[in-house]
Amino acid sequence: EVDLDERLHELDLRSDSDIPDVPPPTDSTPEILKRALSGLSARWKNWWIRGILSLAMISGFFLIIYLGSFMLMLLVLSIQVKCYHEIITIGYRVYHSYDLPWFRSLSWYFLLCVNYFFYGETVADYFATFVQRREQLQFLIRYHRFISFALYLTGFCMFVLSLVKKHYRLQFYMFAWTHVTLLITVTQSHLVIQNLFEGMIWFLVPISSVICNDITAYIFGFFFGRTPLIKLSPKKTWEGFIGGFFSTVVFGFIFSYFLAQHQYFVCPVEYNSETNRFVTECEPSELFQMKKYSVPPLLQAVLGWETVNMYPFQMHSFALSTFASLIGPFGGFFASGFKRAFKIKDFADTIPGHGGIMDRFDCQYLMATFVHVYITSFIRGPNPSKLLKQLLILQPEQQLSVYKTLKSHLIEKGILQPSLRG
Amino acid sequence: LQESESENKLDGETASDSESKSEFGGSSPVPSSDDTPEVLNRALSNLSSRWKNWWVRGILTLAMITFFFIIIYLGPMVLMTIVMCVQIKCFHEIITIGYNVYHSYDLPWFRTLSWYFLLCVNYFFYGETVTDYFFTLVQREEPLRILSKYHRFISFALYLTGFCMFVLSLVKKHYRLQFYMFGWTHVTLLIVVTQSHLIIHNLFEGMIWFIVPISCVICNDIMAYMFGFFFGRTPLIKLSPKKTWEGFIGGFFSTVLFGLLLSYVMSGYRCFTCPVEFNNDTNSFTVDCEPSELFQLQEYNIPVVLQSVVGWKTVRMYPFQIHSIALSTFASLIGPFGGFFASGFKRAFKIKDFANTIPGHGGIMDRFDCQYLMATFVNVYIASFIRGPNPSKLIQQFLTLRPDQQLHIFNTLKAHLVDRGILGSLEDA
Repeated sequence: EVDLDERLHELDLRSDSDIPDVPPPTDSTPEILKRALSGLSARWKNWWIRGILSLAMISGFFLIIYLGSFMLMLLVLSIQVKCYHEIITIGYRVYHSYDLPWFRSLSWYFLLCVNYFFYGETVADYFATFVQRREQLQFLIRYHRFISFALYLTGFCMFVLSLVKKHYRLQFYMFAWTHVTLLITVTQSHLVIQNLFEGMIWFLVPISSVICNDITAYIFGFFFGRTPLIKLSPKKTWEGFIGGFFSTVVFGFIFSYFLAQHQYFVCPVEYNSETNRFVTECEPSELFQMKKYSVPPLLQAVLGWETVNMYPFQMHSFALSTFASLIGPFGGFFASGFKRAFKIKDFADTIPGHGGIMDRFDCQYLMATFVHVYITSFIRGPNPSKLLKQLLILQPEQQLSVYKTLKSHLIEKGILQPSLRG
Repeated sequence: LQESESENKLDGETASDSESKSEFGGSSPVPSSDDTPEVLNRALSNLSSRWKNWWVRGILTLAMITFFFIIIYLGPMVLMTIVMCVQIKCFHEIITIGYNVYHSYDLPWFRTLSWYFLLCVNYFFYGETVTDYFFTLVQREEPLRILSKYHRFISFALYLTGFCMFVLSLVKKHYRLQFYMFGWTHVTLLIVVTQSHLIIHNLFEGMIWFIVPISCVICNDIMAYMFGFFFGRTPLIKLSPKKTWEGFIGGFFSTVLFGLLLSYVMSGYRCFTCPVEFNNDTNSFTVDCEPSELFQLQEYNIPVVLQSVVGWKTVRMYPFQIHSIALSTFASLIGPFGGFFASGFKRAFKIKDFANTIPGHGGIMDRFDCQYLMATFVNVYIASFIRGPNPSKLIQQFLTLRPDQQLHIFNTLKAHLVDRGILGSLEDA
């Protein structure tokens, strides 16, 4: 019987160049495209495929935005599951561990557990009224953390019981691989959904900025590229990086301007229990009301205006685009390093010409976390409905004392008028 | 290496273990030097190796338990510091194993980056804890207030810096190793750091929530070992050949009993049952309060089954003792899985102990492997069954909302209180 752990240990000690390549996935370009482009040379064919698929993805994106928040949530969930699947499959291929006992089931089980935990927290927060009405859901919500933890523990114990002699190291590697993948894909996808609930604009502008940066950096690099940026990704150039930065900032500015005018994009997504649908209707907050800004003297000479009408959100979009252009690419470099480390060309071959879903989304992960942290730090405080939910489960004496503290605070700030009852 | 092999034989291990010895003798065991202090070596020089090992373990066990008592006596601040030191040492032990496994001690930047990530994650967690529990202190000092307001953003920025440094430090021909160490560091952080902060949260809930779980795990360890030693016959799991079903079950019952007794003794003292609070005026921790319902004696009816055995109809107990049954059960039934996980890990990477910090016992991780699951369980248990959210934290969050949101919440709360009759509807608005 082959001791896989021994073999793996030998593999680990070899330097990168000695490790054989992971066999490339098969070409999955659809037949129809192949026939249409059969006349062109290989280089142009690749270009056309990439171009067509880019347009297809962008159109798909617009379609789903039109279909609404619920479809967007489903889309985010599907992408998360597919990314998870891609990364786990790479792990299998690297370690030739496809036949490890239980392992596939355990990976999917952990994915389910972590998703259950996060979706449970989201559902409880945003669907508070829906949940209040149903008894069984009440129970699940109240003990949600305990139930999630118990589910996770079951998986953990099954892992320990599934440890097989001579495969220990492999199994531990796959366990760690699974957890790191969960940390990356699942937590980020939930942050994306939280951003979405804040208002579709917080979902659209960051994602579009990253995509725009990708495309414009590529175009600038193609036409003006000369100085290489980083050894990891030889195709990136400083000219592309800087050109991409400026274009993305301008794009973000203009795009926010258009989106900020429509309630559909600007309002927090709420669940209406009567109509059982998501609604985005509200009084636009200050961020989305035009204000006059004085142009700094430097720019006055250039632009010729003294003041300008802008939405405050556009200032925030400036921060978002800057992050997308300067730090976002590090996510891409990380993914490039990962692919070189494990000698794979693409994460998978889901999208012809582009690679796997992870290839498209590698820069988005850092962005999603940044937007979430940005929103909680600078835009809004904690989630009011979550706060309310927590207030309602306190003990009565605690509720009373909190009530009194809040009341005195509100009166002090003049938000609440003291009653004139005698 | 020779010493560890002879130790294996002398502990009376079963045949399946001798197979694993060949694994240890294989490619890369981490060599462990004899760390026993000179004093002990001389005192025990006359005894045979086997008894010497026993004595060393026994003396160190007593030393650790005494140390534990001293620290409890010294109070919450010292306890927090000890938890922090244990956490750092565990992190160091696991990372060192990673280096040894991958011979990657010379990877550029890597040691620095591991410690940097440890610092970042600790900064994040300690910041959240400090903000929650030292709320008034934080509000008073201007620099602390700003740090606390933008805490998440600052922590994220610090983490990102580390991430970007990692990407910039990637070196051709070492990519795979560097990614392994990156993954290794993050999984270690997930295990070690998050759990140590859950322990500190448990501690703030009341020292009893810190002491009883840890003691139950230690008791289960010792009892299972003793029952196994005297009555052990049926092996429990292939991973740890020394564990037996007799030890497991005997340990379970002894731990439940021990938990009941310990909780009974501790529930009588305020310094253990009261939540730890920071007193702004004296600038120190205080544990003084009106004991909650959990820690007030109540009469319970004994189920008919036990009445004949015990001879009483009712018994006076603290409600907390009922909870202690849940805690001890977890410590005895699920806690050992943490130990099996660590055993599997050691076999996977062909090491005998995590390190050689404690003579006779191995590294700090060896002592704490079962504690990690326990800490998380206690935290989840408290959050689910004992208390709800922290009222002062809620007030603090409330104060950062916008006025219209504040008003909405206030009115909803008021309506709720009126509904439940807690607030008379005739009171002032």
